[in-house]
Amino acid sequence: MEEINMLDSIERYIRGEMLPEERVFFEHLRKSSPSVDQMVVEHTIFLNRMNKYGERKQFQRVLEDVHGKLEQTGELSEFQPGRLVRIWKKYQRVVAVAASIAGITALAISGLVSYVSPKSTDTKYQQLSRRLDNLDKKQNALYSNIINEMKQKEPVDAKMKLGGTGFMVDVKGYLLTDAHILSNARAVVVQNYKGEQYKATILLADANSDLAILKIDDEDFKPYAILPYGISRSGADLGEPIFTMGYPRDEIVYGEGYMSAKTGFEGDTLACQIAVAANPGNSGGPVLNKNGEIIGVLSARQMQAQGVVFAIKAKYIYKVIDSLKTDTSYSSIRLPANTQLKGMERIQQVKRLEDCIFLVKTY
Amino acid sequence: MKTGSNERLLLKGVAENNRKAIETIYLDNFRMVQTMIVANNGSSDDAKDIFQEAMIVLLEKARSGTFELNCQISTYLYSVGRRLWLKKLNQLQRGPVEIEQAIEVIPVEDDLDIFEKQDSDFQNMEKAMYGLGEPCRSLLEAYYLRKKTMLEIADSFGYTNADNAKNQKYKCLMRLKKLFFDHYKNED
Repeated sequence: MEEINMLDSIERYIRGEMLPEERVFFEHLRKSSPSVDQMVVEHTIFLNRMNKYGERKQFQRVLEDVHGKLEQTGELSEFQPGRLVRIWKKYQRVVAVAASIAGITALAISGLVSYVSPKSTDTKYQQLSRRLDNLDKKQNALYSNIINEMKQKEPVDAKMKLGGTGFMVDVKGYLLTDAHILSNARAVVVQNYKGEQYKATILLADANSDLAILKIDDEDFKPYAILPYGISRSGADLGEPIFTMGYPRDEIVYGEGYMSAKTGFEGDTLACQIAVAANPGNSGGPVLNKNGEIIGVLSARQMQAQGVVFAIKAKYIYKVIDSLKTDTSYSSIRLPANTQLKGMERIQQVKRLEDCIFLVKTY
Repeated sequence: MKTGSNERLLLKGVAENNRKAIETIYLDNFRMVQTMIVANNGSSDDAKDIFQEAMIVLLEKARSGTFELNCQISTYLYSVGRRLWLKKLNQLQRGPVEIEQAIEVIPVEDDLDIFEKQDSDFQNMEKAMYGLGEPCRSLLEAYYLRKKTMLEIADSFGYTNADNAKNQKYKCLMRLKKLFFDHYKNED
């Protein structure tokens, strides 16, 4: 206890937080005791390095963030544009003059043409828009094909399409959820437990594992400092107690259960079976063990039997992230490997988890 | 004249960790450094690493308050990036050992010597922090970097009161200091 207080005094002394009298007393002590003096010197060096360390960490985070943002908007795109831009700058004026001459000529010609045959432009416009329509139809057909395929594999409750749950796997705003939630989705909005909403984009939806990755793409979103949970590579044992959190309704809901089988529906080795009360909307939510390690992702593929729920094993999270990382623009994604929730009361664990679990709404 | 004061503002912004300033500099200079590195046996990932390291050198320089504006930020970043990349190429023995100068470069060796020392301090601390493991690392980060109070820490880490958290912090700190100073003394 004495040492703790001593260190406390030293820290307050270095930070200049001592009252004048206390300071005089401490300085006296420092003069009379070489060991105290040594501690002060050492700790000053240490705190200085610590501050520098913190500043640089912070700066690196900003750099990483700026890089990510600029890369996404395409403003850093590859080396080729660099050269192009230089050439462009060099010849900008020549090009501008040439372009304006071309523009004037084109205007004159089109004016002449429209004067001669004013109706023809009209039909051209229509044709163009019809082609767009066609394209749209084709795309829709393509989409529904994919959806049908997915539907066959996962007989999901119709209600689930409305929304599900997702959780953060990287502090920069990468979320993991179930792929089946996103079928049909034209726009995705995620909402935290406080009701704050952010726009998100789908980066990857893997129908095989039924896992999908979203990225929050919203100016209002601030990257988190740290994620409280770790993602387990090893899985869980039979009978191990587990808990889940998710959004079967607009409010975050907590559920408890246990691991009931190491394989999923019809012996599916991708998944495991858990006994927990889950509803549609719980899909995509994390399944955690008592240490706060994520051991699976709730997929709720089969809902006929009460309390029989399947979860995709957490090690497949690493697999989908790895496949996303083959695209170098996402190579900076870091999954949290260590839990900070070990040994905590459940209430405390849940409090820290709430922040990282989102309601996923598709439109 | 106008660019001069703009550059000074940007540097001040960097020193204050102003995001807008950092973004502006990033946007203005990244591609130039990238072009240089890619043209000399590097990838765009290398470019990102080198450029960000050069930005850190710039930051240290801006913070030290001794930054004389005797050249433009872009010249400085290019020169530092070029030196860093040459060093990396030497280490990897990937050659070439000379990089054709696309723009003028200024001597930055002194700055890089200072940076190397700072960098080894940083790496030391990073190593020590990661050697600590959890929850010590997060706890010390919360206290020393994010300047949380003991009460807040007790609450978020699930300690029953501030004294318990303080106890734990002390134990963690002693371990961290030992790890840090072991490296530190070995180096001198």
